[in-house]
Amino acid sequence: MDTHLLLITLASILADSAPLVFAVIGETIGEKAGVTNLSLDGSILLSAMVGFAVAYTTNNLYLAFLAAMLVGALVAALIAFSSIVLRLDQIAVGFVLTLLCTDLSTFFGNPFVRQPGPSVPHLAIPILENIPIIGALFFDHNVVVYLSFVAILAAWWWIYKTQPGLKLQGIGERPAAAFARGTNVNLQRFLYTIVGGSLVGMAGASYSLFVKLGWSYHATSGLGWIALSIVIFGGWNPIRGAIGAYIFGGLQSFGDFAQSIFPSVPTQVFQTAPFAFMIIALLLVSNDAIDRFFSGSPVSRKIWQSLRGTPPGALSTTFEQE
Amino acid sequence: MTKNFWTNLVWGVGPIILGLILTTLALVAVGANPLQAYQSMWNGAFGNTAKFGDLILVWVPLLLASVGLLITFTAGLWNIGIEGQIVMGAIFTAWAARAFDFPSIILIPLLFLAGMLGGALWALLAGVLKTYGKVHEIFGGLGLNFIATAVTLYLIIGPWKLPGIASTSGTESFRPAAWLPTLPGLSVGPIEITVALVSLVLVYFALRGTLWGLKLKAIGKNTRSAFWIGVPTTRYMLGAFALCGVFAGMAGTVQAIGVWHRLIPSISGGYGYLGILVVLLSGFQALGVPFVAFFFSAVSKGSVALPLDLNIDSSLGGVLQGIIVLLVVLSQGVRARWQRASAAARVDSTILAAPVTRAAEE
Repeated sequence: MDTHLLLITLASILADSAPLVFAVIGETIGEKAGVTNLSLDGSILLSAMVGFAVAYTTNNLYLAFLAAMLVGALVAALIAFSSIVLRLDQIAVGFVLTLLCTDLSTFFGNPFVRQPGPSVPHLAIPILENIPIIGALFFDHNVVVYLSFVAILAAWWWIYKTQPGLKLQGIGERPAAAFARGTNVNLQRFLYTIVGGSLVGMAGASYSLFVKLGWSYHATSGLGWIALSIVIFGGWNPIRGAIGAYIFGGLQSFGDFAQSIFPSVPTQVFQTAPFAFMIIALLLVSNDAIDRFFSGSPVSRKIWQSLRGTPPGALSTTFEQE
Repeated sequence: MTKNFWTNLVWGVGPIILGLILTTLALVAVGANPLQAYQSMWNGAFGNTAKFGDLILVWVPLLLASVGLLITFTAGLWNIGIEGQIVMGAIFTAWAARAFDFPSIILIPLLFLAGMLGGALWALLAGVLKTYGKVHEIFGGLGLNFIATAVTLYLIIGPWKLPGIASTSGTESFRPAAWLPTLPGLSVGPIEITVALVSLVLVYFALRGTLWGLKLKAIGKNTRSAFWIGVPTTRYMLGAFALCGVFAGMAGTVQAIGVWHRLIPSISGGYGYLGILVVLLSGFQALGVPFVAFFFSAVSKGSVALPLDLNIDSSLGGVLQGIIVLLVVLSQGVRARWQRASAAARVDSTILAAPVTRAAEE
């Protein structure tokens, strides 16, 4: 394979992974604060539909993305409210919302199925696009893809390099300690969950307005679950999560490639491969036996520990702030 | 006492009425006539005796799935993999129906056993991933759902394809001896109804009146404490998975030899996920399950008629079910909070209450 083709392939992997990256970053932010938004598979679907529907009717992409983000934020706010104010199980509410959002997207998306609609225009960044290799990889896309890059870096910088980010880690790890130090744990959780949710909405809109244009029933089905497991695989770190998303995108395009080489292998094998990978990846990062295996020597142990992450200490729990 | 009754009634019925209002608004929003829509749903579900029989044929697998889920929920497990367990049950049943040529009286029990085995094995896989692999059952189960569906598709267009044409519509029909017998004029028969009801009764008593049920409940409330008081948690969790898989597998058997008489790609009918909603809405209580499952079956069955009658998308049924469950769960939270506020000293925890991090733990 010549370098030019390789570059094009890599660039398209970076671009097509944008929805997954948004979803992974959004979910990572929420879970860092201690709130699991399990509704991803449904809320991405609903925001993809709403994003496309708004773009189709108004022909305004800004409005479309805004509406999709609003949908994601609303669903997240509902989960935050039920968890923080009503002290309900986040998993239960999230799962019900997954199914409800899926059906809502089918019900209201009916008139928009397979309609041609607007898409995000290509926008290479002048000067930067001419840098060899880097230009083709990172600066020859559209605004949405650039924003996905920005989201990764901004989330990482905010969580690990700023004062409020430190507090964010605190409310997810030890809410009682954070509260004792004067942080309004529940207010912060609310805000971060909503920010995460709007990124999830962004994921939906970028899917239907860029990666796979238009709307059809269950268009993004499965994407949310993949995103949720990549958050675990990435150890709740935005950069590692993003790498997970890109590896996944790479595997997918490799699957398309392999399918063209081995036409005798049924397509179902390739369509299911992501979910088999998902299970294997989760096994790798959460299994004790593998942990013990790598703990044999101090060096391998060090490397392994840097690869695997631990969930925020108070993930999916409610905090009584009294 | 009577005041209590009325409060309970308002809290119980209020969210359902609100759910109906919201669904009505959704219908108005897409320009449909809500009254016509509900009329069409009612006729689709209860229009005549034959339709009522079809409705019961929806109710049976949904009830079986929900009964299985009662077990895993009691153990505190989110067995989302139940979809795949239904599918595996159907696949095993289909395999046995194709392989064995026995008279009905031997074949049908054998097919049920095959389905139970398929469901149990697939559930055990999710259980092993959870207990030994530390993969959360939601993700393990979900991945296995997609894999099970892919296996179905592969079988349908591959080894079990219709003679001549490869089509995704399904396999050949099973031999008539494998079909569940039906009541005259109906699509539903006595065997599957009996199986479902017996399953419900068995699970009700097993969870309520046995030491096994009590230990399972202990695991569900607090796995670590249960382990400390000597409950073999891993074995019990695996058992809960396998048993849930047995009932899910039976649901798959009914789908294969009672409903479709062949293997089709969407053989599970979505009854696994719907069963989770049923159990949530029943407040994890076995007694509520058959009624909620009946209501959900009627909504699902009724909404199938909508696209034909009125050109309304049949997902309306799912919207109605989802909204009602969401509102009921939320209203329980609101009620618990309201009670907490009125009786500040006593913290009333509902069954849905999330684990609470307290300062004392730090």
